[in-house]
Amino acid sequence: MLSPALVIAASLGYLLILFAVAYWADWRGRQGRSVIANPWVYALSMAVYCTAWTYFGSVGRAATGGVWFLPIYLGPTLAMVLGWLVVRKMIRIAKAYRITSIADFIASRYGKSPLLAGLVTLIAVVGIVPYIALQLKAVSAGYALLTTQAGDVAQASVHWSQDSAFYVALVLAGFTMVFGARHLDTTERHEGMVAAIAFESVVKLVAFLSVGLFVVYNLFDGLGDLFARAQAVPALRQLLRLEQGGQFAWAQWFALTLLSMLSVVFLPRQFQVMVVENVRESHLRRAVWVFPLYLLLINLLVLPIALGGLLYFGSGAAMNAESFVLSLPLAADQNALALFVFIGGLSAATGMVIVETIAVSTMVSNELVLPLLLRWRHLRSGAGQDLSRLLLGIRRAAILGVLVLGYVYFHLAGEAYALVSIGLISFAAVAQFAPVMLGGMYWKGGTRRGALAGLLVGFAMWAYTLMLPSIAKSGWLDAGFVAHGPWGVGWLRPEQLLGLSGFDGLTHSLFWSLLANLVAYVGVSLWRAPSGHEASQALLFVDVFERTTISSPVFWRGQARTPDLLQLCERFLGAAKAQALFADYARQVGVRHADAIRPDARFVQFVETQLAGAVGSASARVLVASVAEEETLTPDDVLRILDETSQIRAYSRALEEKSRSLEQATAELREANNQLQSLDRLKDDFMSSVTHELRTPLTSIRALAELMQADEGMPAAQRQQFIGIIVAETERLTRLVNQVLDMAKIEAGHADWHVAAVDLRALVTQAVATTAEVFRERAAQVHVHLPAQVPTLQADPDRLMQVLLNLLSNAAKFVPQPGGEVVVSVQADAQGVTVSVQDNGPGIDPAQALLVFDRFHQGGDAARRPQGTGLGLPISRQIVEHFGGRLWLEPPPTPAPTPTPTQGPPQLLPPAPGACFSFWLPLQPPIAKETTPP
Amino acid sequence: MHKGLGSQRLVALFAGGWVLFNFPLLGLWDRDATVWGIPVFPASLFLLWVALIVALAWLVDRPSVRDDEAPPSAPPSDPAPLSPSAQSPARPPQA
Repeated sequence: MLSPALVIAASLGYLLILFAVAYWADWRGRQGRSVIANPWVYALSMAVYCTAWTYFGSVGRAATGGVWFLPIYLGPTLAMVLGWLVVRKMIRIAKAYRITSIADFIASRYGKSPLLAGLVTLIAVVGIVPYIALQLKAVSAGYALLTTQAGDVAQASVHWSQDSAFYVALVLAGFTMVFGARHLDTTERHEGMVAAIAFESVVKLVAFLSVGLFVVYNLFDGLGDLFARAQAVPALRQLLRLEQGGQFAWAQWFALTLLSMLSVVFLPRQFQVMVVENVRESHLRRAVWVFPLYLLLINLLVLPIALGGLLYFGSGAAMNAESFVLSLPLAADQNALALFVFIGGLSAATGMVIVETIAVSTMVSNELVLPLLLRWRHLRSGAGQDLSRLLLGIRRAAILGVLVLGYVYFHLAGEAYALVSIGLISFAAVAQFAPVMLGGMYWKGGTRRGALAGLLVGFAMWAYTLMLPSIAKSGWLDAGFVAHGPWGVGWLRPEQLLGLSGFDGLTHSLFWSLLANLVAYVGVSLWRAPSGHEASQALLFVDVFERTTISSPVFWRGQARTPDLLQLCERFLGAAKAQALFADYARQVGVRHADAIRPDARFVQFVETQLAGAVGSASARVLVASVAEEETLTPDDVLRILDETSQIRAYSRALEEKSRSLEQATAELREANNQLQSLDRLKDDFMSSVTHELRTPLTSIRALAELMQADEGMPAAQRQQFIGIIVAETERLTRLVNQVLDMAKIEAGHADWHVAAVDLRALVTQAVATTAEVFRERAAQVHVHLPAQVPTLQADPDRLMQVLLNLLSNAAKFVPQPGGEVVVSVQADAQGVTVSVQDNGPGIDPAQALLVFDRFHQGGDAARRPQGTGLGLPISRQIVEHFGGRLWLEPPPTPAPTPTPTQGPPQLLPPAPGACFSFWLPLQPPIAKETTPP
Repeated sequence: MHKGLGSQRLVALFAGGWVLFNFPLLGLWDRDATVWGIPVFPASLFLLWVALIVALAWLVDRPSVRDDEAPPSAPPSDPAPLSPSAQSPARPPQA
């Protein structure tokens, strides 16, 4: 037992901490360093779903029904599985069209209908007031438990001026106003509130887990002990099973899961934190699994607490199971823990009340009060009047009103019902929004009349089958009509409508109300085609993901004047904000001054959207219509606007395509130009090389011939010598010209190729024999390694001979004299044959490895360069590549002990100094091509 | 990711969850045994719940899926106006 002063002080202290958190978060938000732009905070804020019901009601349910407390939390988990798809679409729609509440969403979707908005608001208020009463009841009951001596009789109903719950309601109203109605935000975001809610979620969880751990490890010896002792008691043992001594009510399990699945999205407070307060869509990714995880954690120890309480107090205490979380610590003299748990419960209750009240009061002020005020001509056309303060006042009054209503309900009817039942009745009320909202998001055929019909019928069903019986059971109405039906008509009995019996009240009601809702919605929607305005809104909602800024259609036709629109905004948003908005828009359009903005359809839509953030889309529609001359939109107009927009989209896409292909073409042209230029340069190089090469022998021939011509008396020996040189030079010339012609022919593809079977062994042997003389002159040794069997190649034997001779003569040119060694080896593999010619000359610098295959490139330095044309290797390469092979210079041996394999066929010879040229030919030449590879 | 493989997987998981937690599959876990001292039925309920959450987290929030989420096609919070010359013709012709 604790002193009332202590409890009150602790509670107020906690609320002050909460306020401090909210204030700090708001301050950070204004500075631009928002704390709520964080997926974890977003996920925790969703946990406002867990109210005092979770705290007290779950344990109560578990004590009487075992696992029956769970479906309320399984439903949200399943809802979050689809959350990334469905809630994301809601968020996108809400952000695009500045939707700030459920009523606004529904009204906006179905043609911005004020009637629909009002109806939704009424349903929300009627559905939520009992839920708020439940929170007040839980808090006051907890307070009573903490402060009254055990054994004291609970006080009979108290006058409201002495009722603690009344003051709790007032305090909460004050806090809610501070959190949610300090200024008018066109996005309806409340940074401080969200931060406070996230903080509360943490406190809730920690407190609940503490008491759970206390029960398990302090009052008992761990989970095993607890469950063992529970299973020893037959009544408790049954609690842990599915069928607890009777048929398991599968239908009720299903209904509860479905109900909570819908509620987790359509409760006003859930819509507020999930959709309206969302900062960034991507946060939803984290939240959809963190929120169910939170639910799991907070429910983990519910069963142990319930069983522990039943064991501790005896099975008869099942009636008071709702307060086990407080009574168990109190009974064990753990007053601090009990206080902490009470704070946790207070936290859960205040979180729910604050968010729910803000959401509902927004709806009330925007959709109920304001439209009525707007009918008052004076207000609408009053010049220069700043209505934003009036709006704020209305909002605050609505907050107070909702809370007072909640208290009244609690005072009058709260005692008669277990907490859980009240909560479920509220759930069933907001579930009526589901067909209308989900249908609106995914079906373009839903019309305003259909939505009205669905909501009215569903709500009426709910009232008749669920609300009325509960009021009757609390003694307010004659219970006779519940048992026998109105006027004694049996098949109209509220809990067995049309004779459908065998279900509990909730399942029965849910079935009938949702069925009637759906049938009415679909039936009436299909009755008549949607109007132009409805069709346009349907498109905007259902296709929200395909709308982009460039191609979003504007469904508005009419004329307006910018000063009128500016004045309208100033009146409802405040002068400063309105002017800032207009200036921003002007900057975007590229106009100097706000006055010069062209008041076209897009601008009018912009203004209307901004206003909708403050007063709701239905009222915004009315206001804009009052300052602009509009034309009603027929369905044909809608189609035409859509056509134009899709044409614009198609044109812009085509333009993009065109410009992209243009860019590509330009790049290709530039590439080709570069190539041409380099080829031009190559041609020039070639020309100069060839002419140089031709000129050198010609110069000597001419010089010698002139000498002979000039000197008639030259000695015969000298004459013979000169003639010999001339002959040699002409031979060289001929060779050169032949090679150039050869090269040209091969490259142009005009060469003659005679493909025949080639025996490489014979070819190699012959080549070595032909060059034997040259090697003997230089006192060089030639070693030939031939395998026993070499597969036959298909190639041109003469050309191959040319290649071999070229390689051998190159080797001969560069071997040292004396002591030169040349090794020729042949190796066959699965696909071809490799021939290598290795010499022990100076080798070739790796940097020059590619250059040796260039035309007219000659190895070694110019001074001691042996005679050659520099065309041998290029021609050889062309020949080899023509038959699908490769000719390359082996890389110099690496210092590694094991020879690393090169690309392609392996290196054949052991590491040695000098150069090694290898070529590889496939057994099957590729399909003959007319042009040789470059 | 609107109509892609990811969405279909989520819908499948949703359906799977419903089937798993309802008649008759849920009844299969109703045995008179204990696992590590905890009765089977409540324990299995919680374990299935954990499995569902883990599957959801993997489908929606694993790093590879998070990273290649393209920046959403700009939600037209303020429908960016086109330059005046390119407005869609919404004004009726002057009579």
